[in-house]
Amino acid sequence: MVDISTTLSGIKLDNPVIPASGTFGFGYEFADYYDINILGSISFKGTTAEPRFGNPTPRIAECTEGLINSVGLQNPGVEKVVNEELPHLAKFYKKPLIANISGFSLDEYKLCAEKMDAVDQVGIIEVNISCPNVHGGGISFGTNAAAAASVAKTVRSVTNKPVYIKLTPNVTDITEIARAVEAEGADGISMINTLLGMRINLKTKKPVIANKMGGFSGPAIFPVACRMIYQVYEAVNIPIIGMGGVRSADDVIELMLAGASAVQVGAENLVNPYACKDIIEALPEACEKYGINKLSDIIGGAH
Amino acid sequence: MNKGIYKIIENKCIAPMVYKMVLSGDVSHITAPGQFINIALEGFYLRRPISVHDVDREAGTVTVIYKVVGRGTEAMMNMTEGELDVLTGLGNGFDTSLSGDHAVVIGGGVGVPPMFLLAKELIAEGKKVTAILGFNKKEEIFCEDDFKAIGADVIVATADGSYGVKGFVTNALETVEAPTFYYACGPEPMLKALYNASELDGQLSFEERMGCGFGACMGCSCKTKYGNKRICKEGPVLRKGEIIW
Ligand SMILES: Cc1cc2nc3c(=O)[nH]c(=O)nc-3n(C[C@H](O)[C@H](O)[C@H](O)COP(=O)(O)OP(=O)(O)OC[C@H]3O[C@@H](n4cnc5c(N)ncnc54)[C@H](O)[C@@H]3O)c2cc1C
Ligand SMILES: Cc1cc2nc3c(=O)[nH]c(=O)nc-3n(C[C@H](O)[C@H](O)[C@H](O)COP(=O)(O)O)c2cc1C
Ligand code: FES
Repeated sequence: MVDISTTLSGIKLDNPVIPASGTFGFGYEFADYYDINILGSISFKGTTAEPRFGNPTPRIAECTEGLINSVGLQNPGVEKVVNEELPHLAKFYKKPLIANISGFSLDEYKLCAEKMDAVDQVGIIEVNISCPNVHGGGISFGTNAAAAASVAKTVRSVTNKPVYIKLTPNVTDITEIARAVEAEGADGISMINTLLGMRINLKTKKPVIANKMGGFSGPAIFPVACRMIYQVYEAVNIPIIGMGGVRSADDVIELMLAGASAVQVGAENLVNPYACKDIIEALPEACEKYGINKLSDIIGGAH
Repeated sequence: MNKGIYKIIENKCIAPMVYKMVLSGDVSHITAPGQFINIALEGFYLRRPISVHDVDREAGTVTVIYKVVGRGTEAMMNMTEGELDVLTGLGNGFDTSLSGDHAVVIGGGVGVPPMFLLAKELIAEGKKVTAILGFNKKEEIFCEDDFKAIGADVIVATADGSYGVKGFVTNALETVEAPTFYYACGPEPMLKALYNASELDGQLSFEERMGCGFGACMGCSCKTKYGNKRICKEGPVLRKGEIIW
């Protein structure tokens, strides 16, 4: 029997497969399709202090082997998430959750982290730092090492739960950001978020997305994710949750070889609602094929 | 929702650049007219949402009618056999219990297809149905005879007056005697014109670019008077009174 379990900051996962934030709602709707308790964990929809409608539509543009989204963090706000969405999810999912939080100011990150800290089922707080800082001229927290570090420090100060900072790939040197958040006490890194992209409609001759630009993800970005995880693995000593274009058990193994301790699946859930289930079921056989007895042994094996 | 492999039984041209495709497979998840299916096409990352035109529960087939507007539908146009990975039973669909005894079903262009299954079900419930089918010109008309065959009164409106009533579906609606409710699907300007032109209550079906089609991504959200809704999940059909225009 192949052992496909893995560990994130002392939390044991039955397998490394986790649906990525924003592509799985608050999880329970997928319980109509399969038993979601098979999942390693769930990273639920990015939560902000206040309810957000998000960006105008169209929010979606198709790309070759991927899509651009500009949902704009639509979510019911942290109060409702904690009081309604998570209790509902708890009826279907019994394992530790990954709480994905977002903010447009340090205070907002702090508030969301405090609320999530109080939820027993939350195992890890995953901090999306790709949002623009309203007090910093709209520059994304995640593209500046000092700003990224300040988010890590703020969240760290209000919770004892493991804090994973989710990095944006839209930077010159991702290892610099990774080191900066590690220095402020981050327990782990989630990577990568979407790449900034654009499609133009040839008939209207205007961008497809109402907000013009959006986040590009899906299989097309897999090599970028793989490269960045490989680089960050060498730069820090904290675990990495890898993601970006994962759609098969082979992809999971590849990102773990690059340095990921667990793997998230994003866009693929949207085109195949059974994606995570299919990958989990295919993992033991894929491991056997590559002579792997214990999956966690291969983390960073490509180095 | 069901994810299944559906066999292409038929795919034929019924009007310029408009095709009718019959798929066989599990149709048990299709529970209401106005729902849609989401078709995966080889070489395209996202699925293509298309409304259910008809369901044959005994034969186990679902029929869609689509217009060729881009690369995905262009690829579909040339499929004569084989299998497709399809999600079925998506969206809320129309509610036939709202109709009263004289329902008007209104379709504009490729908004016509979903109105057929709706008309069929309303008629099966013993209601009078008037179907208003709007097209740009005579050559583009399809499905007129299908609606007649199930016993609906049919009014065709063409924008250029080359067939039937000259003008838009709103002009045709004015001529209908004692309607109790309307159901509509078509381009947004048509829906908006209907919304403004008539006092009658109704249900309207909307389109939006979709990431998933089953409620997971928030790609298709819209604001309504009763909160945010996902076109793919709480829609595509909205009640007139909740629409914000
Ligand atoms: C709920 C719903 C029901 C629909 N029912 C029908 C129907 O019965 N018959 C029919 O002909 N068409 C219908 N459409 C529109 C149909 O989905 C598009 O025409 C089709 O996706 C175009 O694909 P393409 O690759 O040819 O075009 P492209 O423009 O090349 O497609 C590029 C991307 O944009 C998306 N897209 C393009 N146009 C639309 C649109 N109008 N709505 C949503 N997404 C779009 C495509 O799905 C794809 O992801 C429906 C749309 C929705 C949302
Ligand atoms: C529709 C959509 C919504 C997303 N929303 C969020 C979000 O709320 N918070 C977040 O941290 N990442 C969000 N992401 C990014 C994903 O979690 C993931 O990092 C990225 O898409 C790369 O993985 P993939 O290629 O498997 O999709 C979103 C992605 C998509 C496609
Ligand atoms: S298209 Fe994904 S939620 Fe509607």
